[in-house]
Amino acid sequence: MTDTILDDYPLYPSPRDLSCPFAQPENVLSTTREDAPLGKVRIWDGSTPWLVSKYADQHALLTDPRLSIDETREGYPHMTRGRSESAKHTPPLITNTDAPEHTRLRRMVNLPFTVKRIEALRPRIQSLVGELLDEMLAGPRPVDLVQAFALPVPTIVITDMLGVSYDNREDFQHASHTLVSHDATPDESAAAGAVLGGHIGAAMQAKLAEPADDVMSELAALVKAGEMSPHEALTMSTAILIAGHETSASMIGLGALALLQNPDQLDYLRSVADEPKKVAVAVEELLRYLTIVHTGVRRIASEDIEVGGTVIKAGDGVVLDVAAANWDAARFAVPERLDLARGNARTHHAFGYGAHQCLGQTLARVELQEAFRALVTRVPDLALAVPAAEVEFAFEGVAYGLRSLPVTW
Amino acid sequence: MTYRIEFDEPKCVAAGQCVMVAPDVFDQRDEDGVAIVLDETPSEDLLDEVEEAAAVCPAAALRVVRS
Repeated sequence: MTDTILDDYPLYPSPRDLSCPFAQPENVLSTTREDAPLGKVRIWDGSTPWLVSKYADQHALLTDPRLSIDETREGYPHMTRGRSESAKHTPPLITNTDAPEHTRLRRMVNLPFTVKRIEALRPRIQSLVGELLDEMLAGPRPVDLVQAFALPVPTIVITDMLGVSYDNREDFQHASHTLVSHDATPDESAAAGAVLGGHIGAAMQAKLAEPADDVMSELAALVKAGEMSPHEALTMSTAILIAGHETSASMIGLGALALLQNPDQLDYLRSVADEPKKVAVAVEELLRYLTIVHTGVRRIASEDIEVGGTVIKAGDGVVLDVAAANWDAARFAVPERLDLARGNARTHHAFGYGAHQCLGQTLARVELQEAFRALVTRVPDLALAVPAAEVEFAFEGVAYGLRSLPVTW
Repeated sequence: MTYRIEFDEPKCVAAGQCVMVAPDVFDQRDEDGVAIVLDETPSEDLLDEVEEAAAVCPAAALRVVRS
């Protein structure tokens, strides 16, 4: 009997159709249709949170104070077993607190990510993408664009910004990948956490002793001033490091593939490459179309909430599938079409929405704008070096990406 | 027809989206990134940008009021 009831709920996250890997899984996408009722899904631990996939519902709920991100509450729909285990030991952070505590914490860590500070980094990011492409173009063909370009751009930027050594990049990349993977065992996650913790801890000690002009030194100063605990500063630095390179790397790799598969759009981007506003809109559309965070953002109801005639009860888990909302035809006409001039692309939920919207979104935008602009202008005859069907995707993470992207020119 | 911007500062999470969309109308405080409205009654030709800024504000802290 129990099994029969459980079988009524689709497993979430749902596998993608490998013949059409950018498309949203049909069983989730169908719940964005106007007449589709609010439904439930079954996640890894057997629990059955609500699935909110319509754009309008998400837009309203993600600013609704009755939805909480406090992951220590009983019934919170954790992303992975690892996250569920670590929730009990995680200090209060921007990723697990509600207002007003969240507002205080966010304003404290927000400083390095203001538009002014990130725009000041743009020239350095421009030279970096230029140097990486110089190196790539001088080397042998074909080449893996992920290793040559997509991964180094954000890894160099974020290690530089935080003030940790790029020499440890293999540890950072491997440990980050493990920590956001749905397949990692608790032991693997703990080991990866220890590796990152070791590097970050050593760097924090160094910054406390001798501050430099970087984000970890700013966090160290907050620790010294008693405004932040050492544990909070370390956890925050680790989160910035993980979130700062895995996601942008995925977007650069997938975006390059999407452009290669839509040559008219690639031509369009090249034709507007010296118009920053149009490049910015194009990047918003890539963010919408690809929405790499494909396992939903998670919340728990702290009070009863009515959504379209259905009541989400206090204590119910809620999964908000931002990828499905970004493909909701009621919001984005012909959502399956990549349209780099799409007028309302910027209203996407790819960075989430509400108070917890991505802290690093401005940095990600500048990285993506400069990376794609340089790629389409510097390598005008970029082409896949393998049949498209042979490109290997990595779907196991919180965000999806490519294992490699063999290209030539 | 004119309009003015209402900004609910305590809600602001300093995501900076308004600054990106309408840099002539919004800025961020240096110390914590909280938005600053540079001009509460901007000119009509900035209305599209201001409305977009209000629409993308993740904290729903901006409102455009017509008068």
